[in-house]
Amino acid sequence: MTTDTDQPQTTDRIEKRFEVNAKRSRVWRAISDAGEFGAWFGMKLDRPFAAGATVLGQLTVPGYEHVSLEIQVERIEPEGYFSYRWHPYAIDPKADYSAEPTTLVEFRLEETTGGTAVMITESGFDRLPSSRRAEAFRMNDAGWTGQSRKLASYVS
Amino acid sequence: MSASRGGAARQAAPVFAALGDTTRLALVRRMSVEGPLSITRLSEGRGMTRQAITRHLHSLGRVGLVRDTRQGREHVFSLDLKRLEVAREYLDYVSAQWDAAAARLKAFVEAEE
Repeated sequence: MTTDTDQPQTTDRIEKRFEVNAKRSRVWRAISDAGEFGAWFGMKLDRPFAAGATVLGQLTVPGYEHVSLEIQVERIEPEGYFSYRWHPYAIDPKADYSAEPTTLVEFRLEETTGGTAVMITESGFDRLPSSRRAEAFRMNDAGWTGQSRKLASYVS
Repeated sequence: MSASRGGAARQAAPVFAALGDTTRLALVRRMSVEGPLSITRLSEGRGMTRQAITRHLHSLGRVGLVRDTRQGREHVFSLDLKRLEVAREYLDYVSAQWDAAAARLKAFVEAEE
């Protein structure tokens, strides 16, 4: 699946736009209901999403069950818009991320002829300390696997 | 793009090799958090001699990750973040995570339809 919106010059935000073959009301439930969100994202959330609420999540992805994270819900506009703040991929349990700036994650839904268009954006990366960015090089197996794949494609 | 990729490959391999060491990664991390640092500061709390730290810094310097400048009697080392292109690499990583999450969301909502 190709979801990239091509923005080669931007280091502050990530945008993903894709279509799903499902009604907007169905997709809305999947992102606004904490239980359903957790089911596809891969985490267990401790309470429902509500504007202004802080929701704690525990990852359920194999190998990352020890990672917990905090979601600060910003805005909920039924069937159209959902946003929250978090510390992106703060997966080192020994690190204290609480003093760092958060990024803003936004979901936008639009009805299309075939179903629903989903736009996900995450922004605010330019305000993160450079140490977090350097983590791409040391973070975990997945990061290193990605780097090795990139190297392999460079040399082939 | 493919033409520059070949060049990037030749440049990238030694950089990854230089970073493939826990001491050197720790030095890179400290310089990225605290900025330019003297050998004395970089040696603190590492349980290694200044000579050993210097050797690691020179390894990083050879691939252009670290710059060495003199301030009075001290050598001061700083990170060349442009060489590392860490911002782009980090975003690539997070971007790949969102691709995977988007695919899971799509499969999840389409399963019932």
